[in-house]
Amino acid sequence: MTSLSAPLNVEFDYTRSLGPVLGRFITGLRDRRIEGIRGDDGRVHVPPVEYDPVTARKLTEWVEVAAAGTVRTWTWVSEPDEGQPLTRPFAWALIQLDGADTSMLHAVDVPSPDDIRTGMRVRVRWAADPVGSMHDIACFEPGEAVEAQAGQGEAVTMVTTPVRLAYTHSASAEETRYLDGLREGRLLGQRCPVCRKVYIPPRGACPTDGVPTVDEVELPDHGTVTTFCIVNVPFLGQRIAPPYVAAYVLLDGADIAFQHLILGCDASSVRMGMRVEAVWRPREEWQQSLANIDHFEPSGEPDAPFETYSQHL
Amino acid sequence: MRDVAVVGFAQAPAVRETHGTTNGVEMLVPVFHEVLGALGLTKSDIGFWCSGSSDYVAGRAFSFIAAVDAIGAFPPINESHVEADAAWACYEAWVKIQTGEVDVALVYGFGKSSAGKLRRVMTMQLDPYTVAPLWPDSLSVAGLQARAGLDRGAWTEQQMAEVAARSRADAKSNPRAQVKGDVSVEDLLARPYLADPLRRHDCAPITDGAAALVLAAGDRARELAERPAWITGIAHRVDSANLGGRDLTASPSTAGAAKAAGLDHKVDVAELHAPFTHQELVLRGALGLNGSRINPSGGALCGNPMFSAGLIRIGEAARQISSGQADRALAHATSGPALQHNLVCLMEGRD
Ligand SMILES: [Zn+2]
Repeated sequence: MTSLSAPLNVEFDYTRSLGPVLGRFITGLRDRRIEGIRGDDGRVHVPPVEYDPVTARKLTEWVEVAAAGTVRTWTWVSEPDEGQPLTRPFAWALIQLDGADTSMLHAVDVPSPDDIRTGMRVRVRWAADPVGSMHDIACFEPGEAVEAQAGQGEAVTMVTTPVRLAYTHSASAEETRYLDGLREGRLLGQRCPVCRKVYIPPRGACPTDGVPTVDEVELPDHGTVTTFCIVNVPFLGQRIAPPYVAAYVLLDGADIAFQHLILGCDASSVRMGMRVEAVWRPREEWQQSLANIDHFEPSGEPDAPFETYSQHL
Repeated sequence: MRDVAVVGFAQAPAVRETHGTTNGVEMLVPVFHEVLGALGLTKSDIGFWCSGSSDYVAGRAFSFIAAVDAIGAFPPINESHVEADAAWACYEAWVKIQTGEVDVALVYGFGKSSAGKLRRVMTMQLDPYTVAPLWPDSLSVAGLQARAGLDRGAWTEQQMAEVAARSRADAKSNPRAQVKGDVSVEDLLARPYLADPLRRHDCAPITDGAAALVLAAGDRARELAERPAWITGIAHRVDSANLGGRDLTASPSTAGAAKAAGLDHKVDVAELHAPFTHQELVLRGALGLNGSRINPSGGALCGNPMFSAGLIRIGEAARQISSGQADRALAHATSGPALQHNLVCLMEGRD
């Protein structure tokens, strides 16, 4: 059997405060000026470091360096990736700017690996529209420094870095059977061969015994509310107007509850032990998803005694 | 100090892609079964569990929590986790045993590197202000390091290819290795660059995998193993995160860790965690390994499961001792870009 898999794209804009040292450095880049910081041994660090790497003392002496320097080492990128400085093949290099004693990493725009070498002279190509980030240096290019039109403005205090990572998320074999079951309107759990507990959704291993669960168990679509909360707070992406109830529902025959919505009654009438049944979406909308159950609603049966679910709270 | 030894080790096959989830449960269940079964232990014999993994590799939050299912962690266990190679989990477990709180610990690491684009995921370990926003990837950072040594005359492409050829030949006897076989240095050097000056053979493969190792103290170790691999020293050190602020052709942190661990004599065998050929050359220089056998397992170049490849070096070195093939062994693990953070573990057999 082939396990289900799907693209999982993780995206987040990391917003970081720069602090006094990196803030001054990035503000400088925005204004087309490169500043380093002098360490206790006299070395000028570019990019600047906040504390001396040897003595750990806080550093404060700023030194302006040139917008040109020397390639100290390089490597070739034949297929540029998202977010990198150039979209055509380019070199990464560690570049020691004139006046600096350390090297900074950036891209060098040359047509081929034959056009770059260690020791080569390169200069900054400034971005046309600086925003206050490392990308305010568009890249480096062969040549010596030229006078730049300096800008000036508010100090840059924050930097935003968008991060986008693409994964293929795979379901386990057990989860795949469970998701395939849902598409047919079936609720498939699995029983641990050691402790006999029934898990839905099934897990790769019983959390008590650490062995794979193997026996498939079909469960009914009704059960008991074990615990719940009333959602009164609106939030981004909310599909239902509050107040509504999110509850743990223990299906009859299961040993683990899962979270779902309780609708079809006043939020204030939901209680522990309340008997509920699934309300399925129309069959033609069913997918490999628990969203096939739109919500649970009271079944009208008498409440379950506390002892029947007290071990599952 | 308490005497602590490696008494058991197991490893999932190093493969390009598994079909399991990123929480590692499918890879870990058989590994736990193997390592505990060989020692005649059950989970209740383990006083402390410690794992190494990464949510960035898994592409999900708290993946190590889901992994705990593989243990069977109810009733609750004594457990910890490092967001680093499990070699550092091994260090934590060693410290835990030193406290006297526990006598037996199980250390494990896992990673499904194939789930994402690994070289890009690894960018997330770089300086987030001045480096990561440019998205240099792990091959590029290693390429900068390799060229620095080539242009300075510290090593040659020929020497790099020799490391690859020797590793692949040694991996033929490692049933868990992903890449193995006989290749000639000339053939390797005739192949194109992947990230000039790195060719494919200079870079570890992308590997899904997991491993587990058992540590035990004193008499408990002697009960469990015929020839325990006694840890005589374990230490780790870190170099500057600033790539352009350090000499990429040297590894003072490796030398420092080795000194702190007490490396003052020749070792019979060394397992070095070098995901790139030139990094083995850097490490050999930093450790002064003359005449020691290097990476009989094939090393990380023949299988590099993220977040357990360092732990596997400790397990493989320990295996050399427990099998009687070595009396003194060194294991090394690395973390961070271009060998930034390094751990050295020295072990010996006592007859
Ligand atoms: Zn069980």
